[in-house]
Parts: sequence; C-alpha cells; structure tokens
Amino acid sequence: MKSSIPKSQFKNPVINWIDTRLPIFTAANEAVGTEHPTPKNLNYWWNFGSLAGVTLVIMIITGIALAMNYTAHVDHAFDSVERIMRDVNGGWLIRYIHMNGASFFFIVVYIHMARSLYYGSYKAPRELLWILGVVIYLLMMATAFLGYTLPWGQMSFWGATVITNFFSVIPFVGEPIVNWLLGGYTVDNPTLNRFYALHYLLPFVIAGVILLHIVALHRFGSNNPLGIDINNDKDMIPFHPYYTIKDFFGLAVFLAVFCIFVFFLPNFLGHPDNYVPADSMSTPAHIVPEWYLSPFYAILRAVPDKLLGVLAMFGAIGILFILPWLDRSPVRSAHFRPLYKIFYIIFIINMLGLGYLGVQNPEGIYIILGRVCTAWYFIHFLIVMPLLNIIETPMALPKSLSDPIFSSGSSGMAPAASRSKK
Amino acid sequence: MSKKKTRRDFIVIASYSMGAVGAGAAIWPIINQMNPAADTLAMASTEVNIGALEIGQALTVKWRGKPVFIRRRTVDEITETRNVAIDSLRDPQSDQDRVQKDEWLIVMGVCTHLGCVPLGQKIGDGKGEYGGWFCPCHGSHYDASGRIRKGPAPQNLEIPPYSFISDSVLKIG
Ligand code: HEM
Ligand code: FES
Repeated sequence: MKSSIPKSQFKNPVINWIDTRLPIFTAANEAVGTEHPTPKNLNYWWNFGSLAGVTLVIMIITGIALAMNYTAHVDHAFDSVERIMRDVNGGWLIRYIHMNGASFFFIVVYIHMARSLYYGSYKAPRELLWILGVVIYLLMMATAFLGYTLPWGQMSFWGATVITNFFSVIPFVGEPIVNWLLGGYTVDNPTLNRFYALHYLLPFVIAGVILLHIVALHRFGSNNPLGIDINNDKDMIPFHPYYTIKDFFGLAVFLAVFCIFVFFLPNFLGHPDNYVPADSMSTPAHIVPEWYLSPFYAILRAVPDKLLGVLAMFGAIGILFILPWLDRSPVRSAHFRPLYKIFYIIFIINMLGLGYLGVQNPEGIYIILGRVCTAWYFIHFLIVMPLLNIIETPMALPKSLSDPIFSSGSSGMAPAASRSKK
Repeated sequence: MSKKKTRRDFIVIASYSMGAVGAGAAIWPIINQMNPAADTLAMASTEVNIGALEIGQALTVKWRGKPVFIRRRTVDEITETRNVAIDSLRDPQSDQDRVQKDEWLIVMGVCTHLGCVPLGQKIGDGKGEYGGWFCPCHGSHYDASGRIRKGPAPQNLEIPPYSFISDSVLKIG
C-alpha cells in the first residue's frame, strides 16, 4: 500500500525512519544545520550566544554532580563543600568549574548583551527576542545569588540577608514578605533548604526560556554587523558548516581561557570571606557582592534613601525591558550612527566604572563617583537614547551585504561562501 | 446574532470564576508552606546576666537568631543623646522613650537598612560619627540611643520586648 505521508529527506534509513515519524532531525537541521540560512557577514561577537548555551550545559552537569555530595543544612553545608574540595574524587575540579563557570556565564552573557546594544539587535522586529534575553539575564542573577548562598560562608549568609531585605521596602507587606521568603525571621535553615530547591530548579527554567529565545530568533533570523534587512539569497550562507566551525573555534578559545582560571586562578573571582563559615552574629567588615552583580549594588548604594535606592536598582534592570522603545532611531548598527557610537563607548566605560565602585568602600570620593555613574546610567537610557534620533544624522546604509564590497571597487566576484546551494 | 446576555454567558463566567477560585485554593498551601513554621514561630525568651557589666561596657546576646545589643551607657553618652533636637532626627524619638533605665540601652543589633550587624560593640570597633554604632555595609551611623543619624537606614534600631527581672538579670522576649 502506498502512503501519502511525506517522507523525511534524510538518506540514512534509520534516521529517515525516525525523522518521518518524529521530525527532530529536520528540526535540528533547521535550527543549526544546513537548512538554517545565516547572514554571511557575522563577526566573532556573534559567537557568544552559542557559548552561553554551552556554559549553561556545563553548569547543569557540574551542578548535578555537586548536588550528589552537597548537604543543605546549616550545620553541614559548609563542611560538605569542604568535603567536596578535599575528599570527594575530583570534587575540587567539579566545584571550581561550577564556581568559575558562573562568572564566565556572566562574562559571556554581558558580551552577548553588549553586542546587541552595539548592533541594535533589540530593535524591531526583534523586541521580544531582546526581552526574553533580559528575562534570562534576570533568572541567571537569581540562580547565581541562590547558588552563592549554598556553601554557607560569611558572604553567602550576609549576601542572602541583604538581598532578601530589599523586599522590606515594599509598603505595609514588606516585613511579612521577607519572613515568607526566609521562612523565619532571619536567614536560617528553612532559607537554605528552599534556596537549594530553587537553585536546582531555575537553570531548567532558563533552558526553557532559551528555547523561546531561539524560536523568536528564527522568526526573523540573526541581525548582522551592518544591521540592514537582508533581501537576497546571495547574502546568506547555511549555518552548517560555516558557523558551526566558527562557533567551535570560538568555543576552543573560550575553554582555554576558562581552564586558566579553573586550574591556576580558581579563587581569583571569588571572595576569601566565603571560606569563613556563616556567623549570624557578625557581619564581615566589607561585604561585597560577586563581581557580576556589582554595578547594580553600586546603584543601590549611590542613593542615600532605602526605598529609592532599591527602586533605582530594580529600575536599572527594568529599563532594559523598554529599551526597544526608548531608542527611536530606525538605523540598527552603530556602524552607521556616528553619535551613538560615542555614547555607546561612554556607556560601556560607565558600566565598568559602576562595577568597580560596587566593590569599593562607600566612603569619600567613591560615594560621589557612584552617584555620577548612576545618574549617567539613567541619563543614557532615558535622555540620550530618545534624543539621539533627533540630533543624529546616520550615514547612508548599503542596499545589501555585498554592496559595500562592490562600491569600494573590488572585483565583482561574490565570495565563494555566498554561492551555496540553497 | 444579538448581543443580548444569555444564560450561557452566565454559566461560562460562573464556571471560569469557580475554576479560578479552585486553582487559588489549591495554590495557597504551596505558598503558605513557605511562611515561618510553628517551631520557628514559637519564640523563646532569653535571660541574660548583666550584673558583671561595667559602665561603658557592652554585651551582645542572641535572641530569635538575631543579635541584641546591650550597652551600659556612660553619663556623657546619656546627656549627649538627650541634648539632640528631636525634630532634627530622621526617625524622631526621644532617648527617654527608648530606654527603661537610663543607663541601659537594649536594641536589636540589626541595621534597619538591609539587615547587617552594625559595628561598635567590641573594644576597638569604630562607633560611627555619633558615638553609637556604624554599619559597614552601606555606611549607616547610629547614636548612643540607637537612633539613625546618617546613611541610608530609614529607622532607629528596633527595641525588643524586655524586662528587668532583677538588677542583674534581664529577660528578652
Ligand atoms: C544557571 C546555572 C547555574 C549557576 C549560574 C549556578 C551558580 C552557582 C554558584 C555561584 C554557586 C556557589 C559556588 C561557590 O561559591 O561555592 C553554586 C553552588 C552550587 N550549585 Fe549551582 N549554578 C547553576 C546551576 C546549578 C544546577 C543545575 C545545580 C544542580 C542540579 C547546581 C547545584 C549547586 C550546588 C549543589 C552548589 C553548592 C556547592 C558549592 O557551593 O560549590 N547548580 N551554583
Ligand atoms: S545594612 Fe546597614 S547600612 Fe545597609
């Protein structure tokens, strides 16, 4: 009997049999394979999305391994982590990968976000793609904060105390909400238990949101360094093999740098006070957040009022959600926006400045600098971004990706890559 | 088709509402289990022997998992806190309202900003610009009455319920 069911394209009979019934190979091929057309001019800044994905996988695998040896109880948590470091076979390696992996996850994601800011990847029609990215970023911060509590060192304890107390600014119900989050009046065993449960859960929620992020990405495809819409096949190349090989090369470089930290500088990004067991009776003299939360901590401290400080800090992240509507310029890439390019550089320097200030003592000049940088952060988004569209004259945009090559007088040969069979 | 409300509309709205109430009722225990449990709520009280404390000395004890600061204040400290114009304070309160016995100040050792333990109890600690406590986390200064004088904290250090059982025994809670 002849069936009218469409058969899969794959030649391998086993793959073909499966793919006809469950088209996962077709889906994979359309996501990262030969059937996924990609702009031919993506530079290395486009590597960081796949790097972030790989880092998440590393975190989940090492996390599950740690969970097999970790004890979530205030009397045993610190010791169980020390046992992982000293007695569990290869435990030190797994923990150092997980610890530094968190930092590198943020490095990768920060670069990924900075890329989006420079090339205007958040603009129409990719607003939701950007917003899902900000959601992932928020979930990452929550996950890292919860994880940092688990080893139950001094920084774990006081970081958890300070951050849960943010919610005490909510009028009337602030105090009950904090007690609800903590499961008591202070950070204690109920807190540690629930933080562990949530730390285990959230990475999988992140994986789910990443799926949505990718679906949104594939709706319109990748943006590109020129930021223009692509309307001809010649400007596209298949993802596989061109970008799979490029991503793998980037991954190798990334892992090399990562290994330098894991093997030679494992505690460089951490804080020594977290090797002191938690003590609910005394706060360390200098409590600082992990470096990746530092810019927002600087914003919190810049405002000399509790409610306004916490609002400014959450607002600094919230503002990212409406960025696609704050930037009114129709031109995406900073390549063609002479003024935005300058303000972009100032923004990045300002952000690094905030990161530096967040780990300094809140005294003297640091307080003033903190206020200046905080003010600039909001000025950049709320005033500079909307105004630029009015005062800036963008450069002329090329008609296609090949356009600038032709007009600069080079030969009319299209690069081999764009002659792909499609 | 008429836009008239029908009995069917009513049934639809009523069943959606019942469904929402049911879902809410089912979710509540999941949310409520995160609230402090009965054993956590059973708040114990602590008795402290303060007989050995000299004037100018301080003692920190633990109550409900948090530090309580006990300070036997000097005459200078007491007069100083009482000479402050109350209106000039962020959280206006007179020193008399904050103590039962002039010499003895008993406050929670928890910064009202974001919950750190301020410095100033131990010998050698900085006591901040107002001779009380200094919170290193974000720079809040408290005076010798535990009142907020400078920095981001919004309120004075909280006063726990306490009573003097005798001249040398203090009961907190
Ligand atoms: C988004 C992914 C993740 C991030 C950013 C993250 C972050 C962190 C951080 C910053 C720590 C503290 C490390 C330290 O200072 O010791 C930690 C600890 C821990 N994490 Fe994760 N984590 C992730 C995923 C996971 C997953 C999926 C699991 C379990 C299935 C897990 C299990 C643990 C355990 C058991 C600890 C305590 C042991 C230790 O402190 O080394 N993590 N995590
Ligand atoms: S917790 Fe004391 S100043 Fe912030």
